[in-house]
Amino acid sequence: MKNEDIVDTLAGLSLFADLGRPQLEAVAHTFSEEAFPLGQRVLRQGFTGSGFYIIVDGEVTVRINGEDRSNLGKGDFFGELSLLLGELPVADVIATAPLRVLHLGGPDLRAFLLQYPPVMYRMLQSVSRRLVRANEWATAHR
Amino acid sequence: MSIGNGGSANGQRPSPPGDYPLVIVGSGPGGLQASYFLDRLGIDHAVISADPGPGGMFRRFPFFQRLLSWTKPYAPYPRDSREFERYDWNSLLADDRRHRGIMPELMDGSSEFPSRQEMEEGLVRFAERTGLRVRYGTRWEGTEQRDGRFVLATSDGEYRCRVVIFAVGVAQPWLPAIRGFEHVAHYVDTRTDASYAGKRLLIVGKQNSAFELASGLLQWASQIILVSPRPAMLSVNTHSLAGIRARYVQPWEDSNLGGGVAILNASIEQIERLEQGLAVHTRSTESGEPFVAEVDEVIAATGFQCPLLDLTELGVSVFGQSGLPAMTNAYESADVPGIYFAGTISQGVPGLKKFGIPANSGAVHGHRYNARLMVSMLAESHFGKPRHRPAMSRTELVDYLLAEASTAPELWHQKGYLARAVFVDADGTLRDDGIVSLAQFVDEGGPDAVAITVETDQSGEIHPVVYLRRHGWVAGDAWLEASTVHEYRTAAHRRELRALLGDLAA
Repeated sequence: MKNEDIVDTLAGLSLFADLGRPQLEAVAHTFSEEAFPLGQRVLRQGFTGSGFYIIVDGEVTVRINGEDRSNLGKGDFFGELSLLLGELPVADVIATAPLRVLHLGGPDLRAFLLQYPPVMYRMLQSVSRRLVRANEWATAHR
Repeated sequence: MSIGNGGSANGQRPSPPGDYPLVIVGSGPGGLQASYFLDRLGIDHAVISADPGPGGMFRRFPFFQRLLSWTKPYAPYPRDSREFERYDWNSLLADDRRHRGIMPELMDGSSEFPSRQEMEEGLVRFAERTGLRVRYGTRWEGTEQRDGRFVLATSDGEYRCRVVIFAVGVAQPWLPAIRGFEHVAHYVDTRTDASYAGKRLLIVGKQNSAFELASGLLQWASQIILVSPRPAMLSVNTHSLAGIRARYVQPWEDSNLGGGVAILNASIEQIERLEQGLAVHTRSTESGEPFVAEVDEVIAATGFQCPLLDLTELGVSVFGQSGLPAMTNAYESADVPGIYFAGTISQGVPGLKKFGIPANSGAVHGHRYNARLMVSMLAESHFGKPRHRPAMSRTELVDYLLAEASTAPELWHQKGYLARAVFVDADGTLRDDGIVSLAQFVDEGGPDAVAITVETDQSGEIHPVVYLRRHGWVAGDAWLEASTVHEYRTAAHRRELRALLGDLAA
């Protein structure tokens, strides 16, 4: 995907809804685009050095200790929890369809979020929604 | 030079159109390296190239100065040894010791960075000495799949094959679709340095190609402005080849000291032709403020794309600014089995990219190992030629792995990407699996095994890292202690590794 197409894609994602065009261009140049075939593991449970990923096309499953727990698709992101907490990833993330993602190396996430507070706020909203869903799941499986 | 006639001693051009088990397209370092290892395995193939001789991109680039990759003639190992490859980023790999370390013989002592001409000559000598048969002057023009085979239309006729390797580089100039870029020259159209004397110059981009131009034109241009949306990075900070290499930092220092270079973090909105020169309308990515730069000329160092012709119509999906093909860890198209990629295109296989540090697959010293690995994998999968996996004693394992971590060029050039692996076979015998893809080792299961890599941590320290596979599963990574002099054959490292390996090293 060319950078101008990535900018258009980013503009359509809720995570970046508050950024103007020049900022979106800077974001597009900050992330690198990667492609993974069906079945490829993208994030690895228990491995150091993980990154932050935003799905631009395709789907993934989030697998914890071998159990599929949720699916993510275009516009969703993953990898942020372990980076924010400074811990190893607690889940595998595996492509369940040909996948294209934008990738940011783990060490760069903090500076990125501090540079774009509106993105941080949107991420906080999204993580909060996931927390609610996780609580619901825990209640249902009690 | 006979090679220019097609690499054949009698002047006949080799590999005429027809049926082959495998065809390679391209005669840059990626194509030559893949052909070499196919020859070693006795796999019949044709190599075709539109160029008149070997070299690929090094027939033309870089324009100014020298390569970014070094060769150190007086490294601590003999030039024909495997260990020397760690210090020689530019020679292609060979099994025969006589064909190793070709680049040092071309270096005249003025720099550890070869000139473009020296690099091209090194590739010519490799092709000549190893007897590679390349059909030059044969342009690949289109691709079809017919009766389970690939049919390559070329300027010389049709090639048909079961397996095809494209090693066509990432060398097709790319310009953004922004109003006014029709007034802009691409990097590839850069003229001689003296022709920019006294010019006000704006360079679009802040990657190495942009800084290469800025460095080369510092003494010629009256003013240089570099513009792109994101701030430049330095390789000494990223601990990798990502970022501006140390040799091209001069324009940055010039900017910091107010010497006449300006570096803007801005997007370009349009470029307008003036009576004299060009007006480049930019908008800061930080403040959102507009700024108009009036300059004499603009050069776009905006990158390159893969010239994949009609492969996307065949189903090959591409991604990223460079239009790289989506691939498996075996460098095979993720969409069209039987199509493989070698050379700098292999950077499309990201590996684990731990801490965001990429592999060096975009450069010769990285992708030469990818090509060897790819050939060994496709020799097994398509040609029934299994890799030799010698047995080894468990008592040797610790010392062997630490020696690999200390000296293996594959592990040092492809940090966190390639690994040395040893596994337990069905009889309980330990076997050396050779140099493998780390992503395959940790993700694709298999017998009990250990792999060792060399990796850079978040602080920039380099460590050996150990991966244990038990019951088909790799649960995580174990980092051994770093060493100031990068020597891991110590008593402390032996103790550390032995404790990790348990009964594998009994």
